[in-house]
Amino acid sequence: MTRRRLRMVRAQRMPIVNAMLAFVVLIVILQLWLLTATMNAYLGGDTTTVVPAALASLVCLGLNSGLLWYLFGLD
Amino acid sequence: MIPSQRGVEGPRDLDHGTVPPDGRPMAEQPKWRRDFPIDWAQDEYVSRRELTKFIVLTSAALVVGQFWIVLKSALARRPAPLVGEPIASVDELSIGGAKTFTYPEGSTPRLLVRTGATAFVAYDQQCTHLLCPVVPAVELGRLHCPCHNGWFDLETGRPLAGPPQRALPRVLLHVRDGSVYATGVEASAT
Repeated sequence: MTRRRLRMVRAQRMPIVNAMLAFVVLIVILQLWLLTATMNAYLGGDTTTVVPAALASLVCLGLNSGLLWYLFGLD
Repeated sequence: MIPSQRGVEGPRDLDHGTVPPDGRPMAEQPKWRRDFPIDWAQDEYVSRRELTKFIVLTSAALVVGQFWIVLKSALARRPAPLVGEPIASVDELSIGGAKTFTYPEGSTPRLLVRTGATAFVAYDQQCTHLLCPVVPAVELGRLHCPCHNGWFDLETGRPLAGPPQRALPRVLLHVRDGSVYATGVEASAT
């Protein structure tokens, strides 16, 4: 039995693009908050959160890159 | 030439060009459609995908910002350890009394408060909200910033009410031989 991969046209892929866009925007808002909170803590003399926040932001970038990779893989 | 321009129509055409609504071949279509045979749906698809790519670039920029803070933090010059300095004699202040001083020399004003027979506390006098001078309210066990009605705990320097979000930087004290010595300054904590 052969499995045929169904190829969606762009109009059908539009909801996927919109969903990915929504996820990416949410993650970027999270990163923006993270940067603001880290800067606030750093300027207040608290440096303990600086490295974990940077790593968390890096993880967010990895997620975003993965979503973008998936999006371009649809074509 | 794209498939739809050859008059071949099918599912692939939806990705590679427009499908004229009247069904006639592309050669019979108006010039504007022949010049730009892209449907709205395809145009929106590509523009949203490009927007997503741009937002991911923004995400990368935010990571650069985070690591810039890490770099600044790692390269920050460590201040030289402070040496103890006498700032007041024990008899100089009655219980509940306060005086201002600078430590180290040239610093912003600090506030020394006597809270008991041998108990003293000292903090930066500038409110962590907008730098107004705080005044002691020893009977309430608090420090008060009258500018915007901010309150700090006298024992810890932590904010209790009002707009301040960070604690007052605390001056470390040591009482010896009838004198009060300042020995260091703790950074402000949340």
